[in-house]
Amino acid sequence: MSKKTLLTKEEILHLAKLAGLTLSESQLKRLPNDLSSVIEYMSKIKSLNTTGVKETTQVTNLKNVFREDVIEKERMFTQEEALSNAKNTLDGYFKVKAIFNN
Amino acid sequence: MLLEKTINELAEGLRKKQFSCENLVKECYENIEKYNKKINAFITIIDKKTALKNARKKDKTLSKASSKLHGIPFVLKDAYVTKNIKTTSASFVLKEYIPQYNATVYQKLLDAGAILVGKMNMDAWGHGGSSENTDFGSVKNPYNLERSAGGSSGGNAAAIASRMCVFAIGEDTGGSIRNPASWCNISGLKVTYGRVSRYGTIAYASSFDSVGPMAKSVEDLAIVLETIAGKDKYDATSSPNTVLKYSQEMTKPIKDIVIGIPTEFFGKGLEKEVSDEIMAAIERMKTFRVKFKKISIPLFDYGLPVYYLIGPSETSSNLGRYDGIRYGQERRFFTDETARRIMIGTYALSSGYYDAYYKQAQKVRTLFIEEYKKAFTQCDAIIMPVMPTPAVKLGELLNNPLLNYLADIYTVSQNPVGVPSLAIPCGFSKEGLPIGMQLVGKMFSEDLLLKLGYHYQSITDWHKKSPGLISK
Repeated sequence: MSKKTLLTKEEILHLAKLAGLTLSESQLKRLPNDLSSVIEYMSKIKSLNTTGVKETTQVTNLKNVFREDVIEKERMFTQEEALSNAKNTLDGYFKVKAIFNN
Repeated sequence: MLLEKTINELAEGLRKKQFSCENLVKECYENIEKYNKKINAFITIIDKKTALKNARKKDKTLSKASSKLHGIPFVLKDAYVTKNIKTTSASFVLKEYIPQYNATVYQKLLDAGAILVGKMNMDAWGHGGSSENTDFGSVKNPYNLERSAGGSSGGNAAAIASRMCVFAIGEDTGGSIRNPASWCNISGLKVTYGRVSRYGTIAYASSFDSVGPMAKSVEDLAIVLETIAGKDKYDATSSPNTVLKYSQEMTKPIKDIVIGIPTEFFGKGLEKEVSDEIMAAIERMKTFRVKFKKISIPLFDYGLPVYYLIGPSETSSNLGRYDGIRYGQERRFFTDETARRIMIGTYALSSGYYDAYYKQAQKVRTLFIEEYKKAFTQCDAIIMPVMPTPAVKLGELLNNPLLNYLADIYTVSQNPVGVPSLAIPCGFSKEGLPIGMQLVGKMFSEDLLLKLGYHYQSITDWHKKSPGLISK
């Protein structure tokens, strides 16, 4: 296998953006190598022939687990409880940065 | 020391009034005060006065109808939400998180009358196998303070080994119960996926995560399992299969069981001391009606890629919810290891790589399921190592992510398949470090695994040994 890193600094920055992570300078320095070595190792999975094999997403053997569409009051949070771990609230709501321009 | 006793012995003693719940809880706090500074097993210690008050209440309410867990002190990995008790998953992202509800497993234990004494240190979000990837300082192994207690449920294992509680609830996504169990000389059970409700578990990889007991002995595991297992309307993936009376099942005689020895799991990379102890355990087990048979799991080498592609993919999605809005802290508080796993998952799921990595891993997961099924046509259970070496030195794996992941090779392939696995002590290294082995079974074969473990522990006494730290 080649020693060249699979991932460049630019690609790392792109991934971080997708993942909503802000990387420190030291992380940015190490991550291209760290991630490349891991992904390179895991890449051996590509060599297995999986033609015609179905994917497995879960192993419960359960299908269509339904419940009654009713409100369970004993499991409901009060507005106060729902907001109890939020740092920024306003008038009983979560306060977030604006995502639309005026 | 009361904490050397099994749950059965404690339940009997409490009923005969030989000692009280208060005595028992007091002893936990004495040991916590003596040893926790050295091993750093706890993130949150429940206020002693509160716990003792609770214990006195339990002394009063003990009746014939009480569960065996009534008045028994336990701890939870800090990955379970507990109403009004700080829950961190060992990450500063959740540094100040106070849950508004209880995880099902915790609620069931409260209903049984068990007493919570603490929330335990771990690798943050379950990301690691050494309990070093934590924002609360690494957990030390009670058998050697310079060594890792294993992970990710390291605080649990270290606390049981140092007799700070009777049992613990761990969470196993790729070895997180079995690995620390084997490094701290205790017993741990990774249950069949869905056997115990995950409701209120802080998710790592939702299709792998399994909630299970850790304790000094298999006998104790069985009692805890029959209390916590079962269908939960709040977890659609929990199984409706009947919960057996495991503690009664396990005492029945073993009849004509075949245990497979998979050649690939005893090859290169496995330290000789570990392999020797497991081989000795096999010899000991031959005194039961158990036959051993060499089998092959040719896909062995692909277990790590399956796990380390699907696990991080699911975690990158699960950890997306920590946006600093509902839980307080921002995403910049994720540790380096967690950032790496999120990034690997994001990579495997991103367009252009999805088919080659994530989708391919899900297909190989199918092949693994078939491979285990095939193996179980030749045997009833499979014996294998838990970890390639006894406990590593602290810091040894931390800065090399790939090396770190390779240490998980024996424990990662069971979670994608869903099968249960029991980790039990089987010896010590020359340096005095514990060595464990695991018995893997078919889906929902916890009864058989516990029976094998129970009988094994009835002829061995590794599980009764405790670290020098606490006898001094």
